[in-house]
Amino acid sequence: MTVDPSLYTVGGVIILDNDGKRLLGKYFGDEFPTLKEQKPFEKKIFEKTRKRDDEIVLLDGQTICYKTNVDLLFYVIGSQDENELLLSAVLNCVYDSISLILRKNVEKRALYHHLENVFLAIDEIIDQGIIMEIDPNNVYNRLAIRSEDIPLSETNLSQFLERAKEEVKWSFFK
Amino acid sequence: MKKMGKKEEENGNPYQNVDRSTALQEAKKFHETPLRPRLCSETCTKVIYLANQGEEFTTTEATDFFFAMTKLFQNKDITLRRMCYLTIKELSKMTEHAFIMTQSLTKDMNGSQDLFRPGAVRALCSITDPTTLQSIERYMKQAIVDKNTAVASAALISSFHLCDKAYDVVKRWANEAQQASSSDNQMVQYHALGLLHHLRKRDPLAIEKLVVKLSRSGLKSPLAYTLLIRIAAKLLADDDDRTALFDFIESCLRNKNEMVVYEAASAIVNMKNISHKEIAPAVSVLQQFCGSPKPALRYAGVRSLNKVAMKHPSAVTACNLDLENLITDSNRSIATLAITTLLKTGSESSVERLMKQISNFMSEISDEFKIVVVEAVSALCAKYPRKHSVMMEYLSKMLRDDGGFEYKRAIVNCLITIISESPESKELGLMQLCEFIEDCEHTSLATRVITLLGDQGPLCANPSKFIRFIYNRVILENEVVRAAAISALAKFGAVPALTDSVLTLLLRSMVDEDDEVRDRATFYYHVLKLKDDKLNSQMIINGLVVSLPALERQLSSYLEVCPEEPFDMKTVPVMAVKEEVEKQATASKKKEPSRDEIYAEELSRIPDFQALGPLFKSSNEQKLTEAETEYQVSVVKHTFLKHMVLQFNCANTLNDQVLKGLSIEVEGTDGYEPVSYIPTGELVYGTPGKTYCIMDLPEDDEVCASSLSCQMKFIVHDCDPNSGDVDATGYPDEYVIDDIEISVGDHIQRVLKPNFPASWEEVGDEHELEETYHLSEIGTLEEAVKQIITFLGMQPCERSDKVPEGKVHHVLILSGVYRGGHEILVRSKLVLKDGVQMQLTVRGTDPTSVAVVASAIA
Repeated sequence: MTVDPSLYTVGGVIILDNDGKRLLGKYFGDEFPTLKEQKPFEKKIFEKTRKRDDEIVLLDGQTICYKTNVDLLFYVIGSQDENELLLSAVLNCVYDSISLILRKNVEKRALYHHLENVFLAIDEIIDQGIIMEIDPNNVYNRLAIRSEDIPLSETNLSQFLERAKEEVKWSFFK
Repeated sequence: MKKMGKKEEENGNPYQNVDRSTALQEAKKFHETPLRPRLCSETCTKVIYLANQGEEFTTTEATDFFFAMTKLFQNKDITLRRMCYLTIKELSKMTEHAFIMTQSLTKDMNGSQDLFRPGAVRALCSITDPTTLQSIERYMKQAIVDKNTAVASAALISSFHLCDKAYDVVKRWANEAQQASSSDNQMVQYHALGLLHHLRKRDPLAIEKLVVKLSRSGLKSPLAYTLLIRIAAKLLADDDDRTALFDFIESCLRNKNEMVVYEAASAIVNMKNISHKEIAPAVSVLQQFCGSPKPALRYAGVRSLNKVAMKHPSAVTACNLDLENLITDSNRSIATLAITTLLKTGSESSVERLMKQISNFMSEISDEFKIVVVEAVSALCAKYPRKHSVMMEYLSKMLRDDGGFEYKRAIVNCLITIISESPESKELGLMQLCEFIEDCEHTSLATRVITLLGDQGPLCANPSKFIRFIYNRVILENEVVRAAAISALAKFGAVPALTDSVLTLLLRSMVDEDDEVRDRATFYYHVLKLKDDKLNSQMIINGLVVSLPALERQLSSYLEVCPEEPFDMKTVPVMAVKEEVEKQATASKKKEPSRDEIYAEELSRIPDFQALGPLFKSSNEQKLTEAETEYQVSVVKHTFLKHMVLQFNCANTLNDQVLKGLSIEVEGTDGYEPVSYIPTGELVYGTPGKTYCIMDLPEDDEVCASSLSCQMKFIVHDCDPNSGDVDATGYPDEYVIDDIEISVGDHIQRVLKPNFPASWEEVGDEHELEETYHLSEIGTLEEAVKQIITFLGMQPCERSDKVPEGKVHHVLILSGVYRGGHEILVRSKLVLKDGVQMQLTVRGTDPTSVAVVASAIA
């Protein structure tokens, strides 16, 4: 087993929610050309990974690095002969960039809210299987997010509302 | 309305109600003045979201959207513009009108807004095809060396993508890529290296120079390092005489970045001819990884160690303690790999403990790892025969668990190996397999097991217990399995005590709805009914051993010529048993025609050989010259019924000579007389040629082994190695080559008899001959067995070629077919005493061939 030296290293990036539904799914290379191959594969990795946070598994000949957070699962996949640490570095970059975009508030609602910038970030990290950047700060800076995009007051307000809602919910349970 | 809102909130997905038509309709916002960038980029997001969900846009939809998007380029909003680039990339494959964006993108690419330029380059290249590439070539060259690193990176990777479509154009940008490779920016360096390597792939020398240069100057990017290590490793794999490259990879083991260290370590452990000393530093790095708090690092470390353990178990022994710690790792993949590695390196005493540990979480790991476990067990069985019963227990448990086809196949393979190697586990193993086929959904595995039961079952102490399992298959399974089951049943029927009960069962299958099943049942029923042991052995137990493609060919030519005489089975070449037993568990590859088939095909094309009849056997290639001589010759002996054809494969290693009219003259000895020669036309440097010699076989059949001296004759024409001009006048020359050895083995084809005793009785002692020999120069039984097999060229049966350790006597049984289709069986009793004493008993259907074989060893 020797890997043919090439810039093509990453097989795909996937973000699923806690029901296994795809928020983002980008596949490169010819392992999973259409939805027909992608869906069963996603179902399989979701089943395999949702219960345990093992960070890395081998499935169907693919090395899968993953990370879970609240209600989201992030995956970076590559060939089983690919350098596992390289894939893991890409995953960290994906996760940390998104965390910067979402101001550490990595969860489904926030991600949907900033979907536009998340798409742009992934595009800055990987281009058709080639790693573009692995430093999350560079990725974030290149996005040049509109300053008015995340008004401080707005985040505070939404967080406040969120908290209030929780409080109310709990008071009901009591 | 309110309900909808609530539902949306619960899901947290504002896009869940978005569909293709509403998203595309929103494109009319693009025509508003003033433009609202927020809303427009939201529309783009929706389109990209849908594309991401796997939604397909029609060509018209995509084209319309593209046209609408041209408006957006008038706005200066950065995020909006970037979303445009992204949308172009997503949708460009769905429309052929993507080129309408070319102008806008070219403008952005060369514009003053730095935040637009990289995205524009990538989007532009995604809509460019080889014909339009020329028009932007100038810009691309500039972009590759742009001082804005993001632009340079974008241009480099876009060029890399374009190589597929327009390699010849991109090739011209190599100088720019070279310049970019010395950039200070990490990513630019990495991308430039990738592109340069791709462009110079076909020139190993240039690549080597590149690697040496970059490894000296030192790289900044860890990614570039990993790529450089891969390139160096690839060069080393092709030619391992490059110490500078190995030193570079080795030095990377001390890199600061883990990714680079791991890449270097795994490159080293994957090298083919690596010595213990060279592998040690890599192993110790991997060992350190095993203690890391990061799962990915532990996984990488243990996975590589697992691979090392297959080839160099002793190198990994030092890591045993670290591996022990990983047995209870919360990541099951890591734990499994650790255990299987330990199984390979550990001692016999720890096997049971490890197996117990692993069976605790067998159900939690994926099939890939289950197969790794089975392979480890398989290797253990070969290493520690005493553990067979323990292993058998685990294997049968695994067989009952869920799992895919590959996994089950690995287990069945492993069980079959154990059964054939250890007689005491045979019965137990067969019973396990019986239970397995009760509930097996894979036809190929079921037939394989049933055939095995048919071969092995009747030899067990109580064969009747298997019949129930097999007959159940006849009732319940599909036709393929049923047919296999009928054949297996018939083999049980050949056991006298069971004949009557099997006959009853076969009678029932004679009304089966499938033709094949019915035919087999009818045939076997009638054979068994006669209760003739000889016939049973011939028709059922040992079956047909002819080569099937040859049989087909013979039959069709028979039908063309003379349908009056009955067809003679003996004219059909027998099927050659593969000399090397194929490694089990290797993935089944496409069936290639056997070597004999290829020769038969080749020879049948030469008219001179038509009269010789069908080819009986082709020998292995025998070298007649030393490896370093100017002309290289080797010979293949093709045996026919009354003739032998010597095929000489010749090669000319001198580039300033062309040999014409080359033939090899053989001196007749011991009744082997050359009849005619077929010379080669001309033998040019670098292209091998063939010449043939047809020989009569000795009249006196008892003479078999001989040694023939021969000489190569040819006319030398000098030629100019550069221009290839050949001198018209040549001079004759001769060249002496080694003698050709002909042995008894050249007259015998190997045939495997699944049930040797039956055949032995079937042939009878009519032509039996017995000889006693003393082989004084052979020191061990293994050596004797090996020599006898190669000398006689016959097939060892019942694994008698393996001598159990520590025994002083052994019985070797061999079978084969002598030229002319006469069966030959050999039983050779060997005793180790002052060398090896051998008593050779030969039986056969023809007295001459028996005599030849009996007197062969002298």
